[in-house]
Amino acid sequence: MNNIVIIGGGIAGVETACTLAESGNRVTIIERTGDIGGKLNRWYCLFPDFKKADEIKKYLKERIAKFDIELKLNSEVDKAERNGDQWYIYTGNVRYTADAVVIATGYELFDATRKEELGYKIYDNVITQGDLEDKFRAGDFKTTFGENPKRVAIVHCVGSRDEKCHNLYCSKVCCVTGVKQAIELSKFLPETQIFCYYMDLRMYDKHFEELYRTAQEHHNIQFIRGRVSEVSQTPDHRLAIKTEDTLSGRPMKMKLDMLVLLAGMDTKKHNKKVSELFDVEREESGFLKSKDFHIGAGILSQKGVFAAGCCISPMSIKETIENARSSAVQINQYLKTL
Amino acid sequence: MKEPIYTVSRDYRKEIADDKYYYARSCIRQNFFPGSEVTFLRVLKENLGRDIWDDPHHTTCTGIGYHSDVVPFNTIQTVIARQFSLMTENGYENFVASCVTSFGMYIEITETWKHHPEQLEQIREYLKKATGREFMIPKNIAHTSDIVYKFRMRIAEQMKYPLVNRRTGQPLKIVDHIGCHYAKMFPDKGEGGAEFTQVLQGMIKAWGGATVDYPERRHCCGFGFRQYLVQANRGYSVSNSKKKFESMQPYEPDAILTNCPGCAMFLDRWQFVISEMHGIRYGKDNTTIPVFTYEEMAGLVLGYDPWDLGLQMHQVDPRPFLDKIGIPYDNDRMYKTKTGKNIGEYIPQQTR
Amino acid sequence: MDFGFSTLEARSIDFDKFDGRILRYVLQYEPSLLVCLSCGGCTATCSAGNLTDFNIRRLQLMLRRGEVENLQTEINKCMLCGKCLLVCPRGVNLRNVVMLIKKALVHFKNQEN
Repeated sequence: MNNIVIIGGGIAGVETACTLAESGNRVTIIERTGDIGGKLNRWYCLFPDFKKADEIKKYLKERIAKFDIELKLNSEVDKAERNGDQWYIYTGNVRYTADAVVIATGYELFDATRKEELGYKIYDNVITQGDLEDKFRAGDFKTTFGENPKRVAIVHCVGSRDEKCHNLYCSKVCCVTGVKQAIELSKFLPETQIFCYYMDLRMYDKHFEELYRTAQEHHNIQFIRGRVSEVSQTPDHRLAIKTEDTLSGRPMKMKLDMLVLLAGMDTKKHNKKVSELFDVEREESGFLKSKDFHIGAGILSQKGVFAAGCCISPMSIKETIENARSSAVQINQYLKTL
Repeated sequence: MKEPIYTVSRDYRKEIADDKYYYARSCIRQNFFPGSEVTFLRVLKENLGRDIWDDPHHTTCTGIGYHSDVVPFNTIQTVIARQFSLMTENGYENFVASCVTSFGMYIEITETWKHHPEQLEQIREYLKKATGREFMIPKNIAHTSDIVYKFRMRIAEQMKYPLVNRRTGQPLKIVDHIGCHYAKMFPDKGEGGAEFTQVLQGMIKAWGGATVDYPERRHCCGFGFRQYLVQANRGYSVSNSKKKFESMQPYEPDAILTNCPGCAMFLDRWQFVISEMHGIRYGKDNTTIPVFTYEEMAGLVLGYDPWDLGLQMHQVDPRPFLDKIGIPYDNDRMYKTKTGKNIGEYIPQQTR
Repeated sequence: MDFGFSTLEARSIDFDKFDGRILRYVLQYEPSLLVCLSCGGCTATCSAGNLTDFNIRRLQLMLRRGEVENLQTEINKCMLCGKCLLVCPRGVNLRNVVMLIKKALVHFKNQEN
């Protein structure tokens, strides 16, 4: 029986853990927070089918309960040492011995305060998609004026595809998240005008394009191709935005009650730490460097260290589950060679 | 008016020298608002006890010519090298420019030299051949408003007239206009960066006023050098100011505070022009909005005589703003020199 | 006073001055307009657009941004051939949109009188 330590108890970490436990390994998950689920815990509904995030959480809980997996919550890895084919992982005063390590540290939402021109944490009622999910969970959309917003704009690509914050990559799932949130919001607030400001709309997976069409056809969501350049405050403390309606070729301005920023996926913080702990390579984007883009996504540059989920690249939940299972297969293959 | 909550990030903190400055004047200000520069020197010497050298030997930086495509880059670099040599010869290391375009030029050129040392060597050679001079690159380059910003609390301690409406007790609402060349080219060289530049806001708040955040806050005043210098293009220039005025109008500002010599002139002059051209004014109750430089504003709060500050040189009447604060002034002295000579007065058709 | 130059009007679309009456009228009878992607297939094939500056893709944008001043002149350029209908990947009935704009303009003009 092999020992495996998984860092991160989000979707990727739990699914990898369960798949490896299923094939007879002894698995430990080291999780920073007090619960499994990661970013899922904040989300209310999921694209493209509006499944409740809690249902996925329930799946993870039920699945992990089937196995004898040690769950070390509220813990972070302090030190990692390699000893031949084994790894010593230190957390607090505990030392784990592992035949393989899986990094599944996921992502953070891009810190939208870095885009000062968009006014996050400067002006009231400028929020991120994460903050909006909190509102979906609470069922309360009131702005700081104590009223439901009459006009909302959703800004795509905040901190993604943006040289100004050194993030050249596309975070991939924000486009469809914006469409999903627009529809969801219009279901809660049918009278509210909703606009999506996009640079490109990337409806890459099954049902996404149909969701986009549904947003236009049945929810009257207006999609405007143009990047919001500046946000300011009106005398009555509403928000005013400037953009170009690129398809008309004219600048445009608009007053709003709420602005939602689709912050991209940022892995720089956690990946810096884990890449130093395990001496694995990172890409310039901050994502961990896979051995091969096509056939070895979960294999890293250090022997016995693997990865799963969004620490490798932006992924949807579906892709994270698939990726976790695929990494587990690669780990089992590796363990046979020991 | 609710002010946005903004904290200056680490990336946009600027180092400003504490004392011993070499002063470089501005071409536009010396002509249009000469009182501002006199006031700056007076505040620094009398109120703040600083050492500042006002050198009659320095010249224009030629920034206007450079931005109008008539002065080549090598020429302006050599002219600026000469300014630095004067600073060096006078035993100073901290350079203070009284103009954001000059400031932008000094930064642009010293940054160029950092990245292209061969260019620096070339310029040293040009200067040596042309004038026999040598120079050191300043330890610190600041804009004059940076200095006032740095000592804003010291000025506040000596303040006679806070920026408060005497009648209502409310802070006066002041629009800040930073000017494109101060931080838009090198955001880390401006306190607070280019989006939420703090240099004027800091003064307004320290002296009891409130700043106005409006959509076209970062829009150019329209000077744009080439736009203004060619008469046929001036419509483009004035329209940029107009866009700003229209955007700030609903906020009912009491005054505009400017950072840049050109902006001070255009936000002042274009209000007069628009008023004469279309009969439109942008202040509350069909008034014009007084425009001040930061030195004038510092002088006002310190209790300097408004006519010593040169406020009579403005085309928009500054007196309604003085009345709001309760600053006394003598109408008879407004258009007279210190010796009582009449400097001439223009009564526009509509402004006053 | 003549200064030898004059001011220019801002080119920006002010969404808060949106005149949505015609748009609402058109959408009521031709909801397919909602799903337009602005792909430009219609304009590429347009008979009238080949010979004039008529741009049927922009026509729907003008409607959506409340730029209604020039609609009458614009729709008069359309030859109503219906080729735009044939190429549209999302089945927008643009010919009907043109007809509806015509009706709406008459409708609101009568209303104002």
